[in-house]
Amino acid sequence: MAIFLDDSSKVIVQGMTGSEGMKHTQRMLASGTQVVGGVNPRKAGTEVEFQGGATVPVFGSVAEAMEATGANVSVVFVPPKFAKDAVIEAVDAGMPLLVVITEGIAVRDTAEFWAYARDKGTTRIVGPNCPGLISPGMSNAGIIPADIAGPGRIGLVSKSGTLTYQMMYELRDIGFSTAVGIGGDPIIGTTHIDCLQAFQDDPETDAIVMIGEIGGDAEERAADYIKANVTKPVVGYVAGFTAPEGKTMGHAGAIVSGSSGTAQAKKEALEAAGVKVGKTPSETARLMREIVAGLD
Amino acid sequence: MDLFEYQARDMFEKHGVPVLAGATADTPEEAYEAARRIGEDSGGVTVVKAQVKTGGRGKAGGVKVAKSAEEARAAAEAILGMDIKGHTVHRVMIAQGARIAEEYYFSVLLDRANRSLLAMCSKEGGVEIEQLAVERPEALARVEVDANTGIDETKAREIVEQAGFDAETGEKIVPVLQKLWTVYRDEDATLVEVNPLVKTEEGQIVALDGKVTLDANADFRQPHHAELEDKGATDPLEAQAKELDLNYVKLDGNVGIIGNGAGLVMSTLDVVAYAGEEFTGGKARPANFLDIGGGASAEVMANGLHVILGDDQVRSVFVNVFGGITSCDAVANGIVKALEMLGDEETKPLVVRLDGNNVEEGRRILAEANHPLVTIEETMDGAARSAAELAAK
Repeated sequence: MAIFLDDSSKVIVQGMTGSEGMKHTQRMLASGTQVVGGVNPRKAGTEVEFQGGATVPVFGSVAEAMEATGANVSVVFVPPKFAKDAVIEAVDAGMPLLVVITEGIAVRDTAEFWAYARDKGTTRIVGPNCPGLISPGMSNAGIIPADIAGPGRIGLVSKSGTLTYQMMYELRDIGFSTAVGIGGDPIIGTTHIDCLQAFQDDPETDAIVMIGEIGGDAEERAADYIKANVTKPVVGYVAGFTAPEGKTMGHAGAIVSGSSGTAQAKKEALEAAGVKVGKTPSETARLMREIVAGLD
Repeated sequence: MDLFEYQARDMFEKHGVPVLAGATADTPEEAYEAARRIGEDSGGVTVVKAQVKTGGRGKAGGVKVAKSAEEARAAAEAILGMDIKGHTVHRVMIAQGARIAEEYYFSVLLDRANRSLLAMCSKEGGVEIEQLAVERPEALARVEVDANTGIDETKAREIVEQAGFDAETGEKIVPVLQKLWTVYRDEDATLVEVNPLVKTEEGQIVALDGKVTLDANADFRQPHHAELEDKGATDPLEAQAKELDLNYVKLDGNVGIIGNGAGLVMSTLDVVAYAGEEFTGGKARPANFLDIGGGASAEVMANGLHVILGDDQVRSVFVNVFGGITSCDAVANGIVKALEMLGDEETKPLVVRLDGNNVEEGRRILAEANHPLVTIEETMDGAARSAAELAAK
């Protein structure tokens, strides 16, 4: 088992025919993901051939694609300007899981589509500005390279894409149930807490790595949640100890304002909740290794 | 991007928020001229205000009331060039004087924790609002605002009622809040704050001082926001990086840093700072944040190195790349080619740490190129130490 995504997941790609969409659809297919369709109203009715012999039909709308294929996951690669419309279309179609990879979406648009999806209550959104999620050996919805690590017992949730890859690489001999890149934007659809809850409930996840970074108070809230609800061991890492106040560090959400949102505050909150926090990614991986060695 | 007060004032005016007359001046003479014009309707009284993007101007002496144009000139003379929390004052705003009866507070902002928007309002403005929020939270109304419905008349009423305004004042504030919402929505702001929002002795509601933060991701539909950029304040290296489409932030250390992915680069800064503390007694510190993104092509790598090598403080460079989407052999080829492109420009020691897919081939390519200034390290921690020691030499 895994969280959010498993071997029954049928994936469509919104923006499949663009260059990023094509590249990553190819990679998703190569890793064994069931990619059953693409969406592009201007190319509806055509088919796209991928290396390895897969042919993927293009539909005019998300609703048509779902109707024809039974798709239950959509990965969004459409450019930032059009992302809000793409998300709303998928929410209206009742898509259960929507993974928004697109980087650089105006926060007003995200606030609007998130409020819309929350009110409808039928779609889980992961992202935006995220690498997506992977349940190794089963399905890969997004851009996380599938060949970094195989299936295993660790669950991973992270704001950062490359730190997700780095951590998966360091712990590749143990493997992962699911790794979720939730994204670094100020407003995101799925939070650390949503993933912690799902990992706690997933019988095949034995331990959890949580990667955070400066900005906001998501890590502090996650710490409170862990204290009250998570019995599985959690190891944490927070990036941005040396980031100066008021400077945005790449992710729109990664900005320290005043005394709030600092890495130190997040580390302390996590440690107070019983989470072992690594000083560097390698130390974090070591802490996880020790925990896994002590299990069973 | 944060706006200066005068830019926020102009933006408020454009959207129909009541503001006082105001003009900017970069010299005492300009301040004198502006005060003569603006003071006409307020008995000659104006307020000369330092334009800096930081709080605490008043306490620092950056805001002065002038009873005449001559006094405004003297005030501008005193304020221009002043240093307020590390910001030098290059410009003042001359604002019309007002007879203030009461001071309030209002803001609407992105509420990350609740993934929504939040309006805050208080009858007690003009003060340090953070202090008020901590000491007397009941005096600050906090009302959630739905991103899709915004602050309409009903929501504005809810806000003024929760803030405890009397009916008459509340009725006057409601339309102002609706207009401030228009600023927030139509300008793609992430913060619109008015402190103080005042009631004059004549009973008018006026936004006396404003703070606006704009979302750079919305620039595609806000072309006029480019004009609001404070080009003078941008670090020249940051400006150059921006032109090259690189995500670069200048810091004050000597170890140049290049990596792929914002999280990994932030983490790299930390690891270098730790190594600097541990192995060089704090002599080595990160010089910058530079994220070259997932692709790490030769051209992007060369551009990144070009910017970092242009920083005179930099003594060594740490290239930290995880080969995920782009595998390590491609990254290594990119680095080799970038060094060829730079030629003699590359004069500082380079520590490269590559990890990820096809790492053996990547390291082989770098080893084969055998560049005299390049050291290859296997781990991030080891590379950080090596770069720190080179910088501290």
